[in-house]
Amino acid sequence: MLKYIIRRLLHMIPVILIISIVIFGIVKMAPGDPVGTNLDPKATAEQRAAERARLGLDKPLPVQYWNWLTRSVKGDFGDSYIYKKPVSDVVPNFIWNTFLLNVVDFILAFLISIPIGIICAVKQYSKTDNFWTVFSIIGISMPSFFFGLLLIYIFSVKLNAFPINGMVTPGKNATGWAHIKDVMHHIFLPALVLVIGSMASLVRYTRTSMLEVINQDYIRTARSKGLSEKVVIYKHAFRNALIPIMTIIGFWIPGLFSGAVILETTFVWPGIGNVMMDAISARDYNLIMALNMFFALLTLLGNLLADIGYALVDPRIKVE
Amino acid sequence: MGNLLEVQDLRTYFYTDDGVVKAVDGVNFSVEAGKTIGIVGESGCGKSITAMSILRLIPDPPGKIVSGKIMFNGEDLTKVSDEKIRHIRGNDISMIFQEPMTSLNPVFTVGFQIMEALMLHQNLDESEARKKAIEMLKLVGIPRAEKIVDEYPHQLSGGMRQRVMIAMAVSCQPKLLIADEPTTALDVTIQAQILELMNDLKNKLNTSIMLITHDLGVVAEMSDHVVVMYSGKIVEDAPVDELFKNPRHPYTIGLMNSIPSLIEEGKRLESISGSVPNPLYLPKGCYFHPRCKFATDECRKGQPSLREIAPGHKVSCFRAEEVTK
Repeated sequence: MLKYIIRRLLHMIPVILIISIVIFGIVKMAPGDPVGTNLDPKATAEQRAAERARLGLDKPLPVQYWNWLTRSVKGDFGDSYIYKKPVSDVVPNFIWNTFLLNVVDFILAFLISIPIGIICAVKQYSKTDNFWTVFSIIGISMPSFFFGLLLIYIFSVKLNAFPINGMVTPGKNATGWAHIKDVMHHIFLPALVLVIGSMASLVRYTRTSMLEVINQDYIRTARSKGLSEKVVIYKHAFRNALIPIMTIIGFWIPGLFSGAVILETTFVWPGIGNVMMDAISARDYNLIMALNMFFALLTLLGNLLADIGYALVDPRIKVE
Repeated sequence: MGNLLEVQDLRTYFYTDDGVVKAVDGVNFSVEAGKTIGIVGESGCGKSITAMSILRLIPDPPGKIVSGKIMFNGEDLTKVSDEKIRHIRGNDISMIFQEPMTSLNPVFTVGFQIMEALMLHQNLDESEARKKAIEMLKLVGIPRAEKIVDEYPHQLSGGMRQRVMIAMAVSCQPKLLIADEPTTALDVTIQAQILELMNDLKNKLNTSIMLITHDLGVVAEMSDHVVVMYSGKIVEDAPVDELFKNPRHPYTIGLMNSIPSLIEEGKRLESISGSVPNPLYLPKGCYFHPRCKFATDECRKGQPSLREIAPGHKVSCFRAEEVTK
């Protein structure tokens, strides 16, 4: 197992290199450059050229890429043009906010959806199942910004029960338990939007994979042994239904950090999604590259985790 | 010898969107202690549904036991509580299925799957159950049982898996073993081994066997008594020797004629023309008449009932006396 993981990690190196070339190329293909944002609009052509030279943007693309690469392997991702700080100082400030919001979504969505999906499969076409089918269709079809605004209108504007946006009450500067309570108060609405969206698809997914398993011969065998319905469903059936669900968990891991741009904008959540948007519109090359490479790495790690997860739940799959 | 199991006028219907399918429609038979009964018929004749009804494994909805009694140990299995039937499943009556490849759960070791029933019904702890599971694997002729016990189903061949299924089924020494086409999915040499194994266990453990098959050869070898089913009804019911010597129902005869024989070399193999009727649109009169070469107007109008034409030999055919091989 350990050998397999090390080998997979080594395989990632060429993949990451290729991804970096592709992303670098795409980013550079976009028109415009960061010089405009850095300088006074009235700057002369000479000043612009000097600024370009200072940022190293006057060199040929392969040279620029090589410079970026050699710096990055040493852990220096350069300065962000918009934040005027090293990228490695900017990202952590925001990424943990995004992580917090998404991890709440991840845990709640799985804890709630899996049991519901199982019940829907066991009682297929019952009232419960139909209710959650309708719920899922609404949850999947409703855009998060609309649902978010609806919740803000009802709970924040009309009922005044939750803050309209942000992550902490401005100027409160609370610490310790008071701070945690403040954040929980703020996270409720955006997390609710995320959880309902995630549940919509996860309930369906669990239901489908359970239904597939429930009609298998070995479930009949389990019943014919005299096992109780609870053991049959939650042990014999669910262990098998878990295999496809592992894939979803793998895909979800990069999402924990990359965030939901639209939702973060709706709730003015100080997350990485907003930063990414700003970086792209300002052509903040260093920040864009660093974030994209980080997401690419997370995606690869997520795939690896899903593969390991498969091997853990399915004895037919061996990681060798 | 008394009857271990008595099925009386069993009716199991399926309520589908297109109508009611009478999968089992008024079936009567009994199983004597320590004997083997063979239930024969084509696919879709209701033989598996009969077996599943006994253990109440019919998926509901859409299936339902509409009426009838299944008497076992003085109790009607169609009426006992869910709790009670679970206690009977795997303990007093257990079942082997047709498809050994898919009948074992792929994510648990075979040992665990055998142990599960033992720990549930015999109150064994884990190490005792494990010992017993290894013992059972040896009993069904699995070599290196100590090693196989920790293997997963996908690591075993079809024949081995069916042996595991049998080990699982007989681990609690059931009084009745229902084998639903236990050898259909296996190749011929393995078939013979599995049948021999079942016979062996029957003698060792004094278990009754209800053998469901479409293979008359298997029935001749294994059974004491045979029930032939067609479209949810019993068409002939006789001791095995009597049935093979003196078959009375045209369907039974058709089945026998469609077995290839080495003795009558050069003769074309006969088959029963037509196919099993759609259970939603059963023909009027005798269900078999469209395929029967003896059919008369009487057969097209009325349904024959099961009647005794020789001691212990029942048949449902108007013309049973005239019908010959």
